[in-house]
Amino acid sequence: MITLSHIEKTYEGPDGGVAALKDVSLTVAKGEIFGIIGLSGAGKSTLVRCINLLERPTKGSVVVDGLDMTSLSAAELREARKSIGMIFQHFNLLSSATVYDNVAFPLRLSGMDEDKIRAKVEPLLSLVSLDDKANQYPAQLSGGQKQRVGIARALASEPKVLLCDEATSALDPQTTKAILELIRDINQKLGLTVVIITHEMQVIKDICDKVAVIENGVITESGRVIDVFTDPQRPMTKEFISVLMGSGLPPDLQNAPISAEPIPGGRLLVRLTFVGSSAGEPVISTLIRKYDVEADILYGNIDSIKDTPYGRMLIGLSGTADAVENALSFLREKDLRIEVIGYVA
Amino acid sequence: MSPDVFSLLMKALGETVAMVVVSMVAATAIGVPLGVLLVTTAKGGVLACPVLNRAVAAVVNAIRSIPFIILMVAIIPFTRLVAGTSIGTTAAMVPLTLASIPFIGRQVETSLREVPYGIIEAALAMGATPMQIIWRVYLPEALPSIVAQLTTVVIALVGESAMAGAIGGGGLGDLAIRYGYQRFRPEIMLATVIVLIALVQLVQFAGNALAKKLNKKEM
Repeated sequence: MITLSHIEKTYEGPDGGVAALKDVSLTVAKGEIFGIIGLSGAGKSTLVRCINLLERPTKGSVVVDGLDMTSLSAAELREARKSIGMIFQHFNLLSSATVYDNVAFPLRLSGMDEDKIRAKVEPLLSLVSLDDKANQYPAQLSGGQKQRVGIARALASEPKVLLCDEATSALDPQTTKAILELIRDINQKLGLTVVIITHEMQVIKDICDKVAVIENGVITESGRVIDVFTDPQRPMTKEFISVLMGSGLPPDLQNAPISAEPIPGGRLLVRLTFVGSSAGEPVISTLIRKYDVEADILYGNIDSIKDTPYGRMLIGLSGTADAVENALSFLREKDLRIEVIGYVA
Repeated sequence: MSPDVFSLLMKALGETVAMVVVSMVAATAIGVPLGVLLVTTAKGGVLACPVLNRAVAAVVNAIRSIPFIILMVAIIPFTRLVAGTSIGTTAAMVPLTLASIPFIGRQVETSLREVPYGIIEAALAMGATPMQIIWRVYLPEALPSIVAQLTTVVIALVGESAMAGAIGGGGLGDLAIRYGYQRFRPEIMLATVIVLIALVQLVQFAGNALAKKLNKKEM
């Protein structure tokens, strides 16, 4: 649905150009919820604006639903933008217009007659549960309600793509959850392709199918959320995940020296990540039964990424060097991810 | 107050109101689009055209830097061309209008700049044309602020119209100078000043009330 190829964006500054995006390529499939995560200033807002050409890339091509956006004339571009909805961190509603008029705004731009507009706006207000607020002004609404208006407005012109620019960053956690559920709902009901820009891993984890991590204008890691989450490659990705999940080490081990070499009488710390169906397998009991090792469970939690359950567990293996080695080989053969952290006393 | 003083005051008030109202309407009709032009043609605006923007800004600044009393006299040939005469109330409306156009332009520019860029960006993302952004976003969103700014211009016009006496324009200021000052009639001076204060208060009150009614940002 969306293909960005070799996007470069350079801003002219007093000391020459400042590169905001460097050779960014990504593909978003139809019906997918695609997350782009990065720190502020990483270029994610610029990147999402390259999709509807609010920012014109310096180089590279943007294809949305088969249309090469950069080659369109001004009028064609305006028409193409009508099939790309967008919601914003600060909602960007018209303060002088009621909820109804805000949602009707894109339809009036297209010159639709008022009867048809009413027939479209009313169901949208029900969809976002704001039927009773139609005649109120944005200043009378809470943040979550304002974002619902933003969503209804973005959906009014029946877009194929919804761009969300930090859409939940100004909202409290409960409201964030409700808005994310709404976006997910819309994605499923309408088959809408969604691109979400965020700095919160929670958002990615709750609703995205795929994720791209952007650092200093470069996409450093991308793939299915479950893969990136359970097997992050880059330090920053790990950082994002640890902000969400904690380090996964119990307090007494957080400052303990960790050695790469076996310590006599010590334990080998191993982190296991179970994904989907493997979460149900009796791995630990088999391990203890078949190999002559002790396995202390030091930490564990079960969570889900979008709809896939996954668990994380930290175990301490102790036993003879051979037994521990055999136990590790057994774990490696299983359908789970293991990360050997090191030995502690 | 003797009847002759009262009738003098009423006639002068009528002249002042006529000068202010006509000049204000004419200046608004040109000044508001000028303000829109100053904002939208600026760098990064929806009709960006920096060369035009700089040229218009230079003309605006030039007119605004001429003191009104000098502008009034300096443009007498132009006034005669437009109003058919260079003296009297009607003639005074021409320089009053001309002086108010750039003033309104700058005031409207300030109001439009207060519209958050995010709202403009949202409209662009929805495929709005530049004219739609001007009519459906900039002007409605800035309207309460524009009303407040125009109120200031009306009050400035009341003040400037006092100088219209210099070209025989009449009005309250002229009455105060000719009767109150030059003929030593302090009661006329006092009455004129009281009427002027009442007039300005009324304008300010009406302007504030309207701006407040239109403002949906604080409810």
